[in-house]
Amino acid sequence: MTSTATAPGSSGSLDADGLAARVQALLDDHDPATTDRIDFLRTRFDAGLAWVHYPEGLGGLGADPGLQPEVDVALAAAGAPDNRPHTNIIGLGMAAPSILRFGTPDQQRRWLRPLWTGEEIWCQLFSEPGAGSDLANVATSARPDGDGWVVNGQKVWTSLAHDATWAILVARTDPALPKHRGLTFFVCDMSAPGVDVRPLRQITGESEFNEVYLDDVRIPDDQRLGEVGQGWAVTQNTLMNERVAIGGGTIPRESGAIGELVKAWREHPERRTAGLHDQVLRFWVEAEAGRLTAERLGQQQAAGLPGPEGSGAKLTHARLNQQVSALELDLLGDEALRYGDYSARRPVLVAHADSPAGWRYLRAKGNSIEGGTSEIMRNIIAERVLGLPPEARADKDTPWKELPR
Amino acid sequence: MTAATTSHTATPRTGDLLYTEIEDDLRSSVRSLLDKRSSWDAVLARTESADTTDRELWRTLAGEVGCAALAVPEDLGGAGASWREVAVVAEELGRAVAPVPFLGSAGIAAALLLALGERELLAELASGELVVALAVPFGTVPGERPVTVELREGRLSGTVLGVADAAAAHVLLVPVGDALYAVGSKANGLARHEIVSLDMTRPLVDLVLDGTDARLIAQGPQVHDAVTDALRIGAVLLASEQLGLAERCLDMTVEYLLVRRQFGRVLGSFQALKHRLADLWVLITQARAVARYAAECAATGSPDLPVAAALAQAHCSVVVQQAAEECIQMHGGIGFTWEHPAHLFLKRAKSTAIALGTAERHRAALAGLVGIPGAQR
Ligand SMILES: Cc1cc2nc3c(=O)[nH]c(=O)nc-3n(C[C@H](O)[C@H](O)[C@H](O)COP(=O)(O)OP(=O)(O)OC[C@H]3O[C@@H](n4cnc5c(N)ncnc54)[C@H](O)[C@@H]3O)c2cc1C
Repeated sequence: MTSTATAPGSSGSLDADGLAARVQALLDDHDPATTDRIDFLRTRFDAGLAWVHYPEGLGGLGADPGLQPEVDVALAAAGAPDNRPHTNIIGLGMAAPSILRFGTPDQQRRWLRPLWTGEEIWCQLFSEPGAGSDLANVATSARPDGDGWVVNGQKVWTSLAHDATWAILVARTDPALPKHRGLTFFVCDMSAPGVDVRPLRQITGESEFNEVYLDDVRIPDDQRLGEVGQGWAVTQNTLMNERVAIGGGTIPRESGAIGELVKAWREHPERRTAGLHDQVLRFWVEAEAGRLTAERLGQQQAAGLPGPEGSGAKLTHARLNQQVSALELDLLGDEALRYGDYSARRPVLVAHADSPAGWRYLRAKGNSIEGGTSEIMRNIIAERVLGLPPEARADKDTPWKELPR
Repeated sequence: MTAATTSHTATPRTGDLLYTEIEDDLRSSVRSLLDKRSSWDAVLARTESADTTDRELWRTLAGEVGCAALAVPEDLGGAGASWREVAVVAEELGRAVAPVPFLGSAGIAAALLLALGERELLAELASGELVVALAVPFGTVPGERPVTVELREGRLSGTVLGVADAAAAHVLLVPVGDALYAVGSKANGLARHEIVSLDMTRPLVDLVLDGTDARLIAQGPQVHDAVTDALRIGAVLLASEQLGLAERCLDMTVEYLLVRRQFGRVLGSFQALKHRLADLWVLITQARAVARYAAECAATGSPDLPVAAALAQAHCSVVVQQAAEECIQMHGGIGFTWEHPAHLFLKRAKSTAIALGTAERHRAALAGLVGIPGAQR
C-alpha cells in the first residue's frame, strides 16, 4: 500500500500499532472525563491525531489516511469529544484540503487548527445569482489596492454564512481574460466591514443559507490562496473534495435515510403493506450497495489509487436520500401530513436522524442541487471517466467582459 | 451523512474490496486467452454448432491456466486459492460470454464436494479432466429444495429440467431427499435432452432418469445445507460474472458512441446519451463493490455471507440487465441484428438474472436475514 504522506522522514512508515500507541499516550495524559473539550481537541490536533495523513505540525503524522477511522473509533470509545463535523462540513471537507494544497506555511498554521477543532466555522462564497452550475462565470470583482484587494459583488445560497468566521471566496481579478483564467481564490474574514449576511428562507421554512453582499470589502493579500489568476484550479480542487466529503466515507449498515425508513417499518407493523415491502427491500439493497461503494472508494484512496467515484457517490446519495425519505412519508401516512414547524428560523443543528421525517424529505431535495447538481455530476462522469466529448462551450475563449449577460 | 443508526443488524467488517496483484495477473492471463480464443464471433459460431460447449477452450482454461483448481486445497491437487480468485475468473468469463462449464463445475460442484469432503471427485475436477454438475434447475434459489427425483430399489427415477453445465458434465450430482448421489453421464437409464435455452452461450439440459445407476455420496441433514451453501457460492460467482458482462456492455457502447456520427457530430456528445451512460457507470461501480464484498465474504467464510450473496444477486441482476438493454438501444439498428454481439449479451444478462433466483427472490431472502418482515395484512 503506497502512502500519500507529504511529511518527510519518519512519518510514512507509521502503522496502525504506532498510531494506537499515540492514541493511548494522548488518553493517558489527557483524561477526556476531566479535560476541557476544546483543550482536548487542541491537544489531539497537536499530537497529529486530527487527520493522520496531514503533515506533522498541521494536525497529522503523514500516515496512511486509511488509518484515520481506527483513531476515531478508539478515541470515541474512550469517551473523547468529537469535533462535530456536521457543523463545519465546509471547513473540514472543502477549505482544509485547499489550504493544505495551496496555502503557505503561515496560512496553514493560522487556519487549520481552529478549523479542525470547530472553534472557527467556515463557509463557501462561490455561487452567485448568475453563476451556479457555471461557477467560472462569477462576477464578484477583486481589485488590487495597496497590499490587498477590494471586493465587490453578491453571493448567494451561502450555507452557514451567519455562523462562519472565515469564507473561501472565488472572485474575478481580470475581466479581460476568458472566464476560467481571470479568477483568484481568497479567504474572506466574515466580520470584515462591508460583509452583509441576509438570511434566505428555504423549502423547510428555516434559513440555513444566505445572501451575502460584499461592498468594498478589504482582503489583505496574505489571505490569497494560490497565485493570482489561478483561482479556477483551486476551486476545482475544492469541489472535488466536496464530492468525496458528501459521498464517501465509512458508515454503518442502515445509516441515514435507509435506517430511518427501516426503523419506521419495524416499529409500525400496522402500516406495512405488501406493495411497500418490496420497495423497502429495494432501497435497502441500493443503500447497502452505496455504502459498500463508498467503502471501496475509501480503500482506493487509502491505497493511493485516485478514483473518480466521488461524483458517482454524490449522485447516488442524493437520489437515494430523496426516494427513501419520500417512501418513509408514504409509510407514515396520516402522521406524515403533519409537518411541525414552518416558522422562519435559523437551523438547529441536530443529527438528521433526530429530525422529523417531513423535514428530512424536504431537506433531501437540496441534495441533488448543493455541491453541484446531479446533471453536472453526470457530465463529469461522462467526460472525465468515460471520455465522451465535452459539452459545447462557446464562451471558453472569449474575454469574460465580452460575454453576453 | 451522520453516523447515527438503529443498527438492527450490526455492521460486519467489510474486508478488502480491491483487487490484489495476484488477482490482476490472473485476470490478464484469462483475458488475453479469451481475446484470442473466444472472440464474440467465435462464441456466436459455437452456439450454432453441434457441440455448444467450447471443450478445447475449457481444457486450456482448466489445464494450463488452472481455473478449475483455484478453490480446491493444495493437498487435493488444487491451487489453494480462494473464492476471490474464482470470482475474478468469473468476471472475465462473463465479459466474454464464454461457453465453458466454469460456474457449474469449478464453482457450484466444487463448493458442494468441498462441503461434503468428497476428495476423489474433487481432485479430478481440479485437474479439469472431469466436469461435474449439480442436477438442479438453474433457477433454483439457495435454500430451495426441488424434489423431482426419487430412489427406487437403489436406482434413481425422475426428471430435472433446465440444468446448467450438464451438457458437458461427466458426473451429475443428484440430490434425492436428504442424500446426494453421483451419476455418470454414460449411466444406463440416463437421458440428456439439450434444450434451446434463452442464453445461447450457456446450454441447459433436461435430465430424465429412469432406473439409473447411482453412487451414494453422502446422506443426512448436512446434504441439504451443503447444497444450499454451494448454490450460495454460485450466486456469489454469478454476481461477478454479471459484473464482467455489464462492464463489457458499457465499454462497447462507449466505443461505439465515440465513432458513430449523426446530425454532424459523434453520438457520444449528446447529453441525453452521456447522462444515461454516466448512470450506468455508477451502477456498475456499485455492482463491483457488492460483488467484491460477496467474494470476500465467501473467501473468508464470513457469517455475513448469506446477506452478501443475496445482496449481490439482488443488485447485480438488475444492473446487468440494464447494461445489456442500454447496449442494444444505443447501438440502434445494428444492435438488433444477429451480426452484432449485443443479443448474446442480453440473452446472457437476462438468464443470469433468473438463474439461482431472481432479484425479487433474493430481496425476499434478505427480508428474513436482516429483519424487514413482510406485511401482515
Ligand atoms: C441547500 C443548498 C446549500 C448550498 N450551499 C452553498 C454554499 O454554501 N455556497 C455556495 O457557493 N453555493 C451553495 N449552494 C449553491 C449550489 O452550489 C448551486 O445552487 C448549484 O451549483 C446550482 O446552481 P444554480 O442554483 O445556479 O442552478 P443552475 O445552474 O441555474 O441550474 C438549473 C438547472 O439546470 C441544470 N443545468 C445547469 N447547467 C447544466 C448543463 N450544463 N447541463 C445540463 N443541465 C444543466 C441544473 O442541473 C439544474 O437542474 C447551495 C445550494 C443548496 C440547494
